[in-house]
Amino acid sequence: MKWQRKDLLGIRGINREEIISILDTAVPMKDVLTREIKKVPTLRGKSVVCLFYEPSTRTRTSFELAAKYMSADTVNISTSSSSVTKGESLIDTGKTIEAMGVDIVVLRHWASGAAHLLSRHVKARVINAGDGAHEHPTQALLDLFTIRERKGRLSGLTVTILGDILYSRVARSNIWGLTAMGAKVRVCGPATLLPPEIAALGVQVFTRVEEALEGADVVNVLRLQLERQQKGLFPSIREYSRLFGLNQERLRLCRSDVLVLHPGPMNRGVEIAGDVANADVAAIEEQVTNGVAVRMAVLYLMMGGSGSGAVH
Amino acid sequence: MALFIKGGRVIDPAQGLDRVADIKIAAGMLVALGDGIDGEFDPATDQLIEATGKLVVPGLIDVHCHLREPGGEDKETVATGTRAAARGGFTAVCAMPNTHPVCDSRPNVDFLLAKAAETGLVRVYPVGAITKGSAGQELTEMDELARSGCVAFSDDGKPVDRAGIMRLALCYAKMTGRIISSHCEDRELAGDGVMHEGYWSTVLGLRGMPAVAEEVAVGRDILLANSVDAPVHIAHVSTAGTVELIRVARSHGIDVTGEVSPHHLGLTDVAVEGFDPVTKVNPPLRTETDRQALKSGLADGTLTILATDHAPHTMEDKQREYAVAPFGIAGLETAWPVYWRELVVPGILPVHDLVAALTCNPARRFGLPGGTLAVGEPADVTVIDPQWEETVGWEHWQSKGRNNPFTGWHLRSWPVVTIVGGQVVMRDRRVIG
Repeated sequence: MKWQRKDLLGIRGINREEIISILDTAVPMKDVLTREIKKVPTLRGKSVVCLFYEPSTRTRTSFELAAKYMSADTVNISTSSSSVTKGESLIDTGKTIEAMGVDIVVLRHWASGAAHLLSRHVKARVINAGDGAHEHPTQALLDLFTIRERKGRLSGLTVTILGDILYSRVARSNIWGLTAMGAKVRVCGPATLLPPEIAALGVQVFTRVEEALEGADVVNVLRLQLERQQKGLFPSIREYSRLFGLNQERLRLCRSDVLVLHPGPMNRGVEIAGDVANADVAAIEEQVTNGVAVRMAVLYLMMGGSGSGAVH
Repeated sequence: MALFIKGGRVIDPAQGLDRVADIKIAAGMLVALGDGIDGEFDPATDQLIEATGKLVVPGLIDVHCHLREPGGEDKETVATGTRAAARGGFTAVCAMPNTHPVCDSRPNVDFLLAKAAETGLVRVYPVGAITKGSAGQELTEMDELARSGCVAFSDDGKPVDRAGIMRLALCYAKMTGRIISSHCEDRELAGDGVMHEGYWSTVLGLRGMPAVAEEVAVGRDILLANSVDAPVHIAHVSTAGTVELIRVARSHGIDVTGEVSPHHLGLTDVAVEGFDPVTKVNPPLRTETDRQALKSGLADGTLTILATDHAPHTMEDKQREYAVAPFGIAGLETAWPVYWRELVVPGILPVHDLVAALTCNPARRFGLPGGTLAVGEPADVTVIDPQWEETVGWEHWQSKGRNNPFTGWHLRSWPVVTIVGGQVVMRDRRVIG
């Protein structure tokens, strides 16, 4: 199946077939990562710019390596060392980059909707690598890929997303992707970190973690931004951890073959106990590997590739 | 050298008038209104406006707009803002004081009035600040501001945060006979919100401003006004809860009025999908329930005034990330057809009441001249063609602000003639002068 859209701005509005197409394409991509020579010529002559307005290690490196493994030329721009610090607008920065002949801009930005803004003003393809609390589509895709790989399916699974839902782009993209694939989604967190009318996104809402975990096939633990406590959204890290931290005892409420995900970086001992993160049920490092494969698939499909012939 | 407006449906709620009649204007004044006065028409010297099938109404009055001068001339000036007003059928606008500097003292009022005399195409009535610098701490010299020409007081753009200051302001302003127009927002509750808090803020991951942030402040100001027996006007009413608060207060005899903008009637928070900052406005676009409540409030007389909250910005300001783009919609030029579409077409308000909400009601509440077609008054007249169709676009657009979310909408019923003090300043959708 050919990718029909100019951009990848979010999972909302992407249909089931498109998601399956990306996940299927990522399977052979993952094989490339295990080869001794991790290089295929698929994107030779294409250029990818990673434009990052927020600090990021894993997502930026993941996109960069994904592009490099496919022989694209890559450039990273982070705001601390660019004309952005001179007050240049996102649109102007985008147009400047485009004028240098860039095919794909990978944008990470602190503002929700930034990728939409950029996509309206540049002809280059835009991949949203996380915008504010809005969406982080490739994170959701790698989560879906990891779940499918471990469980063999997505449809019918019960997935609990645990933590700060209000500010989480990972939660939103996962909700859209999982519900599109027929999974049952539960969200759980402190009432002050649950966005209004979240149930209207087709999820079950919990504030008691024990209920949210009961019989879950997958638990996706979100990173707690510690500054939320300073804003008074919950009284203390201690109480958060006591009420919502995923530990071995709570894990036993899930199905015995439960899979634990975390988008990273982790606050060990806060939202997730160290021994849970290290346990076999957790696939946190595998998520990182799969992230490269999924991003290779996205880059490939967006540059006009179709399901086969990617990795020769 | 007279001007005749012939054969139009003359609607003047101030006089309880709604019938086909002719109007004669001479020396800037409305000198006759009746049947067959066009017999006096002399084609050699007089000017004729054929108004058959059109509505002839008192010049529209907007009690809430931002002309940006001084300090924001890249966004709008008195010249461009009043041209936009003329194109929108308005013959008078109240200019909010949140300029740079804030209109909080006599020299600032004098400056605005001088600019208006020099460059204004329609009448400009200054609104003075409630507090110095609109900083919410100390009252302005309200008496001097009133004597200088301020018709009302407001710190619009932001609320008066402190209840004690607001209570003093309401009490003190009574001596001036000028009303306070309150921007109602509890800023702690609104937080760093950029749109209405609800389903769409959740989907879009944008910070929300809950309806209760407005309603808490409205409730506060109604109680404060009542406590000092002062009138209060609630600017840009946007939520169902606010409508209900005003309804209950009025039923208790409290002297409170409220105004509604075109965008809160024409749009909901669904419009924010796509993240176009042209939809970013404070108070934010609300839900369909709120929109319907505003219409009900207008229909049952709870809300009696329509006002644009015209807030122009440059495209550079607006074409930014949604979270950091400024709030505001430039609405003077599209107000009438949007009100028509939302209120008259679905039968929520009779035309007569729509005209009242844009003429005599704001004039009475703000103590302004005009708002009527009474013989002997200055001739401020607007002619509306209810059949005129137009797609909102930039050809002939007058405001410097192109931040208008109705762009591309095909609307029916537009002002086709605007007359200020006997001078035709807009004709056939073209601004003259």
